[in-house]
Amino acid sequence: MVGIVGYGAYIPRNRIKVEEIAKVWGADAPSYKRGLLLEEKSVPSPDQDTVTMAVEATKNALKRAQIDPSRIGAVYIGSESHPYAVKPSGTVLAEAIGATPIAHTADYEFACKAGTEGMFVAYSLVKAGEMEYALAVGADTSQGAPGDALEYSAAAGAASFIFGTQEVLAEILYTHTFMTDTPDFWRREHQYYPRHGGRFTGEPAYFKHIVGAGKGILEKSGLKPGDFKFAVFHQPNGKFPLKAGKMLGFSTNQLMTGLLVNKLGNTYSGSSPLGLTAILDEAQPGDLIFMVSFGSGAGSDAFIFKVTPRIDAVRDLAPKTRFLLEKRKLYLDYGTYAKFRRKIIKAD
Amino acid sequence: MPTPAKYWREIPQRYRLEANKCTACGKIYFPPRQVCALCGARSFESTRLADKGKLLTYTIIRVPPHQFTDLAPYAVGIVELEDGVRLTAQIVDCSFDELRVGLPVKIEFRRIYEEGKAGIICYGYKFVPE
Amino acid sequence: MREVAIIGVGLNEKWGELWSKSLREIFTEAALNALDDAGVDKIDAMYVGSMSSGLFVGQEHIGSLLADYLGRTPLPATRIETACASGGAAVRLGFLDIASGMSDVVLVGGVEKMTDVTGAEATFALGTAADQEYEGYHGLTFPGLYALIARAHMEKYGTTREQLAQVAVKNHRHGAKNPVAQFPFEITVEGVLNSVLVADPLRILDCSPITDGAAAAILCTTEIARSLSKPLVKIIGSGQATDCIALAHRQEITWLEAVYQAAKQAYQMANKGPEDIDVLEVHDCFTIAEICVLEALGIVEKGKGGQATEAGWTTIGGKIPVNTSGGLKAKGHPVGATGAAQIVEIVKQLRGEAGERQVEGARIGMAQNMGGTGGSSVVHILARED
Repeated sequence: MVGIVGYGAYIPRNRIKVEEIAKVWGADAPSYKRGLLLEEKSVPSPDQDTVTMAVEATKNALKRAQIDPSRIGAVYIGSESHPYAVKPSGTVLAEAIGATPIAHTADYEFACKAGTEGMFVAYSLVKAGEMEYALAVGADTSQGAPGDALEYSAAAGAASFIFGTQEVLAEILYTHTFMTDTPDFWRREHQYYPRHGGRFTGEPAYFKHIVGAGKGILEKSGLKPGDFKFAVFHQPNGKFPLKAGKMLGFSTNQLMTGLLVNKLGNTYSGSSPLGLTAILDEAQPGDLIFMVSFGSGAGSDAFIFKVTPRIDAVRDLAPKTRFLLEKRKLYLDYGTYAKFRRKIIKAD
Repeated sequence: MPTPAKYWREIPQRYRLEANKCTACGKIYFPPRQVCALCGARSFESTRLADKGKLLTYTIIRVPPHQFTDLAPYAVGIVELEDGVRLTAQIVDCSFDELRVGLPVKIEFRRIYEEGKAGIICYGYKFVPE
Repeated sequence: MREVAIIGVGLNEKWGELWSKSLREIFTEAALNALDDAGVDKIDAMYVGSMSSGLFVGQEHIGSLLADYLGRTPLPATRIETACASGGAAVRLGFLDIASGMSDVVLVGGVEKMTDVTGAEATFALGTAADQEYEGYHGLTFPGLYALIARAHMEKYGTTREQLAQVAVKNHRHGAKNPVAQFPFEITVEGVLNSVLVADPLRILDCSPITDGAAAAILCTTEIARSLSKPLVKIIGSGQATDCIALAHRQEITWLEAVYQAAKQAYQMANKGPEDIDVLEVHDCFTIAEICVLEALGIVEKGKGGQATEAGWTTIGGKIPVNTSGGLKAKGHPVGATGAAQIVEIVKQLRGEAGERQVEGARIGMAQNMGGTGGSSVVHILARED
């Protein structure tokens, strides 16, 4: 059996409400809330980044995995906001948790799919018998251009998974992937904010790939949507995953536990991975979980998990995702938000 | 601007809070020492600091050193950890009104500063309310 | 050990922002004033304190530089550094040089030229007195460190914000009578409490300023001193001690052990106690520092420094006048010069030359100098011999 032996989440405490952003740009807050099902999003403090959140999420994963970090054979962080253009993020995480020096490390990128990419490879290395344990994190502190639609949703968070063969709490039954070259959302070098194709990001991008990977893994596994207790998809807003779920034959109920975007925002590479952690916080032994990520550019990774009895022993060993989402929120005004996100900076 | 060596050699302390403990009298040193100031012994074993404690004293820096310009005002304090060791660091994710002597805090990994726009990013520990 | 006297003292003309004067000029001015006051020509050695001429003006090797500018090479000359106690340490080394029998007449002093760098660079240079990797790294500044001490002192002993302010008010009252002082004017408690916050609870008027200045003194054997016509002022006690520079490593955050130890040595050598001291110059880099120092010197009971200040003990005319010069707060704090300038003030007091600041009948005086947040301290006890 190969699967998740430890999982952990980290969400910064700062929040900003959709109304606060809309007020500044003269936009209609209710239509964002109704149309995209967004209420508020997380904001990283200036002293937080992909790496710091990855470290804290991984500490939580280690609390559940209860293993010596030096036994981890691979450390992967998937993000589209790695702190350096050239210098690995994974090495800092590996040092912080004590997994150095014998840990294969790589930084993954593929817009919002980078987290599940790391998971895909980490799981595969363990399955191939190459190592005892492997770690993959999806984390981002992405930026939305001021006044752009994405400013309402671009948020920050991290989800960390340790894969192994012993004391597995969620077995991976199947994986699948689906990818084409589709330039729906991109950021050129030296540009501070990404650009996107507006409505082009929908049908030819998000939906095509999620449905492609989703249908593919259902066929591969011979399972039907009704067999699953939970489903989680990449969450750029509240509307898209509900629609994708419906297109694949899932009910809204199956999606609710893993749907965090309305209060969290879109954590990009952390999006579906954090949804997965919220599901694992509630799942019972025997439950099947369906997960499909999406990364612009474009592609989707799909996973089918089966929860084991081990979940009962470890679920409460670290903070639950919805607890992190709701506890001790610090609301920011737009000015402080802009300063934290370096949209405005002091002159030299 | 110093070479990265100055930051890099403190990584075990900054990232993992690695300390050492005198094998003769048990005093814990952070950062690690070569000779025990209490009993004069020169034999130590590695240890790590506890990650929770209580705030002993604090202040709010309003006139910051240049690499912390964008962060000011920020709180800094001395915490007495559960193992008795005292540690100095910033206190974040906390409104200034919440600060008080005795506040229970725990350690989180954070960015400390960057060496300008093009230099390295320096990480380390800070405290957050428990 | 031979007895050591102080026969000449001098400061440069004015302390403050001396845009047109360089480090070499201001020290030379102070040294020449001290030499003229002493009326001696030959000196055997020179010790000059400076916390960081390197960081402030990019100049090291100032022992030799200043010996040259005084026209006295090949005089043995050394720059002494113990952070803000550099001046006091320079005085001590001059004292030891004569007491040991090695030299007969020694020039001691200190200088700091702090305005050739920006405020931020000066703050950084001052910050090097703290633990760089475990205090400075986390964003602590000097006011921040003393603010940590202040908060702890207020929590433990009930010291109030007003009591801290009164230290500054008292020192300005004295400094208003000192023509050399950087800020020769009075301030009020309300003024302190309304001044801008620097590091809670300390405000800008709790903090000593950035200053250019120099001070010097001529030390010699008492034998030589007796042949001159001035009242004889001797160094009867000298002490120096260290403590961990990081606040978190101290036994007690509010207790200055280095000051206590240095004072203990000085009291022992002088065969005197706190009750014998008539006038004091202490290291009030921040208002809270003066309070903690008075406690560590045994001048007041532990924890009672704030109350003693409030009760008026430390003003001229009070029980035990402290910082008649205006202290670091009003006179200024050119870091390496401070310790030497404290000696200058005490000598003037003991000679009866302090004018409007004179403490009547002062015969025994103490100068306490401190580095960083108490990582080092140098204490001298001086006495007038009639």
